[in-house]
Amino acid sequence: MAIETQPDSAQAPGGREPGGTPKERSWWLRPAFHTALIGAFAGYAFGHWLGNFIGSQYQQVGTSDDNDLAIVLGYAFLVLGWLIGLGVFNDLVRQMLGKPINGNGHTGNGLAKYFRYSLDHKTVGIQYLIGMLVYFFTGGLLAMAIRTELLSPSYHVISPSTYIEVVGAHGTMMMMMMTSVILGPFGNYLVPLMIGSKRVAFPRIEALSFWLTPCAYVILLSSFPLGGFPTGWTGYAPLSIQAGEGMDAYAFAFGLMGISIILAGFNIICTIICYRAPGMRWSRLPMFVWAMLTTGFLLVLAAPVLVGGMYMIITDRTAQTAFFVNQLGGSSYLYEDLFWFFGHPEVYILALPGFGIVSEIIPVFTRKPLFGYKVAAAGMFGVAILSFFVWQHHLFDSGMDPDMRPLFMLTTELISIPTGFIYLVAMGTFWKAKIRLTVPMLFAIALYINFLFGGISGVFLSDVPADTTAHGSFFVMAHFHYTIMGGLIFAFFGAIYYWLPKIMGIKLNETLGKIHFWTMFIAFNSTFMPLFAVGMLGQPRRVFEYARNLETLNDWVSISAFCLGGSLLIFIFNFVMSTVVWRERAPQNPWQSRGLEWQVPSPPPPENFKYIPVVLAGPYEYGDPDALPVADLNPPAGVIAGALAGVGAGADSATTSTGSEA
Amino acid sequence: MAAEASSPAAPAAGSIGGRRDGLWLLVIWIVLSIIGCLLVALVWGPHMPPGAQSSSAASQQTDITVLAVIATPVIIGVLLYFGWAIAFWRQKPGDETDAAPIHGNTKIQATWITATAAIVLALAVYGTYELIAPAGAGAGEGPQPIWKPAGTVAQTSFNCQSPTAAPTWQPGTSNILQVQVIGQQWAWTYRYPQFGCMETTQLMLPVGEPVQFNVTSLDVIHSFWAYQLGVKADANPGVNNVAYTTPEHVGQFVVRCSELCGIWHGAMYNYANVVSDSDFVNWAKSQQVQLASVTKLLPPYALTYDPTVVNNMGKVNQQLGLTGAGGGYYNPADPEQP
Repeated sequence: MAIETQPDSAQAPGGREPGGTPKERSWWLRPAFHTALIGAFAGYAFGHWLGNFIGSQYQQVGTSDDNDLAIVLGYAFLVLGWLIGLGVFNDLVRQMLGKPINGNGHTGNGLAKYFRYSLDHKTVGIQYLIGMLVYFFTGGLLAMAIRTELLSPSYHVISPSTYIEVVGAHGTMMMMMMTSVILGPFGNYLVPLMIGSKRVAFPRIEALSFWLTPCAYVILLSSFPLGGFPTGWTGYAPLSIQAGEGMDAYAFAFGLMGISIILAGFNIICTIICYRAPGMRWSRLPMFVWAMLTTGFLLVLAAPVLVGGMYMIITDRTAQTAFFVNQLGGSSYLYEDLFWFFGHPEVYILALPGFGIVSEIIPVFTRKPLFGYKVAAAGMFGVAILSFFVWQHHLFDSGMDPDMRPLFMLTTELISIPTGFIYLVAMGTFWKAKIRLTVPMLFAIALYINFLFGGISGVFLSDVPADTTAHGSFFVMAHFHYTIMGGLIFAFFGAIYYWLPKIMGIKLNETLGKIHFWTMFIAFNSTFMPLFAVGMLGQPRRVFEYARNLETLNDWVSISAFCLGGSLLIFIFNFVMSTVVWRERAPQNPWQSRGLEWQVPSPPPPENFKYIPVVLAGPYEYGDPDALPVADLNPPAGVIAGALAGVGAGADSATTSTGSEA
Repeated sequence: MAAEASSPAAPAAGSIGGRRDGLWLLVIWIVLSIIGCLLVALVWGPHMPPGAQSSSAASQQTDITVLAVIATPVIIGVLLYFGWAIAFWRQKPGDETDAAPIHGNTKIQATWITATAAIVLALAVYGTYELIAPAGAGAGEGPQPIWKPAGTVAQTSFNCQSPTAAPTWQPGTSNILQVQVIGQQWAWTYRYPQFGCMETTQLMLPVGEPVQFNVTSLDVIHSFWAYQLGVKADANPGVNNVAYTTPEHVGQFVVRCSELCGIWHGAMYNYANVVSDSDFVNWAKSQQVQLASVTKLLPPYALTYDPTVVNNMGKVNQQLGLTGAGGGYYNPADPEQP
């Protein structure tokens, strides 16, 4: 017998009050994307005026054309206006005034809800997916411009000043996007489904974290009309203090993205800890959820340092605080340390979600349990903890205390131990498996191959003598493209092919998917493998001119990069045709996965589960004839109440009361 | 990391279909690894970057070769394993069953962790040795270097009163040759305090003599990268960053900026030379005479300079066009295309 009504538990989304819903206005009066745009324009105009009003009192503004204050205040009010226009604060104000709120979380039907401040984690996930693809393809176009310029060692297709703007915008755009490329779309969408929850812990915070990303995107691109920023994505002071107004766009956009990822990480941690269904013990948590948990901790602990650093750049530029100006008592090392104290954990923010996704994909397509589940979880935690103790390896040649270099060499090399766990788990899982080479599986295997080269080149960089040559060269650039693009982006596409049947109920075309995979895999390696050599042969990063003897290699790389861009066009074609034109329905569980998310219809209903499921077994029990089904989706009455009543006792009783197929 | 690449094979070897996967993998892996390591060490090793023009470059070349030799079996092992898996452990057509479940294997996991930890710790010890033995491996050691070339002393007071005074450095003495490298947007200049504190736009070094580079900047962060010498040290404004090397072969080398420093970062490079002791002394003495009028206008030799308080800046600019200590900024409107 199943319970017919849910207990009035914490799972009711949005804190709905029984006072009824407010009356619906016509669509164009309801807060949505268009009102947000109006708010943003109005906010920017006001902030810019305010900045000019205040700045006109400053002597230095009067003597130059530069008023950073007007730009920064313009951005600040742009964000505020955007959020007001979006209706972010409406419910808060209503609650303060004692009026009924509109917190049901599923605003509107059809496509319109994707343009609203939706509190449904599945809507936010899809918003994130589209948003991150827009980021990715913008950054990718900028990369094409870089490679076009580097076709010739001395002839300039774009001027050096434009080139440096493009390099900076490409790096920053990609880095901002990579921090949330998995956690945003897949973390938000899948974690509640995987842990058996109807919602995330803080739907408003989750939605806010997404809606800050379009602002960050627009603000970052606004650096181009302002003259760009010459610092690359690292924004080293004092160059960033010296640079023109485009630098404000960098600092504000990156800081804003930092706030967004803090919010996203905070929400995901609380969701995973507090919203697991009865029976979802830590030892049954899917590996992807472990990855999201560790990533969430890294986001929450590392990103505040980034926000602080960006804030200090802004105050240095607008209020002459001189945090980073050596001649005025500040320190350029302070910025380097702040930046990399964020920047290195960030590298693992970019690696762990990829590991989580492939660990989720390979058991399904090898038809075997994940080998060494605990080792995999421990590896992720090991990487996450160690990542806070390695940041000075970016500063080996900077003139830091020389005594510290052996220490940071050791901690950096130690990270390869928990990273090696991920390989142990993969190889153990592949052992005598029954491999199904589907498109997601191909992308997962590609991650292990690409990340191998990324990781091994990382050992070269961690070694101080080898780093003396490799540091700041194209070797570094090839290294992190292998880990980030070869790791995270391959996992991202694998995840799209794997979970899109769940998210949209539509399968992407398999043949086109394989063509996309092979062209992308070959073009990727053909682009970045030669760059290891280019770097070791003496080409520094971010140069527009290079030695003539490196022209052949650079041309090879550029042409491969264009092929890489072309392979992504195949993906766009496949994505658009499959989801809009062909719309081939996918079965509920096309991969025969044991994951809890696959046990509900595709796409999942608004509240995910009719009843809160009771989890009975781990997600990877393939090939075990005695394994229980992963969860009871229709649990008998009393189980939930029992689970809610006692903490430990509840979970135990849930696992023993099995078999009710009411 | 190499040994365990194929060890998950061992316990289940021979259990399915009569093919001993573990044994085959192990044998193929060992054979390929030995061939690969020998090729890397003997064929590729002598050509590894950054060459052997200086002591620090040679030590880096050895270090990179050692890392590459250790990496070879790891790469071969992982690629071989995944290749083998894709080739042999595929689902047969029509077979919808799952594979035999293996949840883990404590022995293999413990072996793997021990082996990776041992390799990593050995690498860290070796890296530390290669860092300390060749006096900091050519990397910038900051204002207080702790690893210096053996048997050298650094002169601390210099006679900058007379630009054409007799040099205080002689080849073959324990007094180390000091060269101040001054970065500015977007050029390098070099000041020789032991040669009347002259400052030139050319870098010239004597062969076989230890050199101390004092690297600093006037504006933003640059990075002094003498590629063939295996020297890299960031140039920070207001900071003296010291690096050591000993050039061992006569020849040309390239100096590039390796830290993004603004629009013309890509054009911030020049060529420098390692020459014989006598050629170096002759060159330095002639430069001293030639640059005497400029040297008089320069600020006194110091480890760092603040261009905002330098006197005579305009005059220095007029006379030489470009001197770092004098704060002669590169004119962005007139970009030099090297």
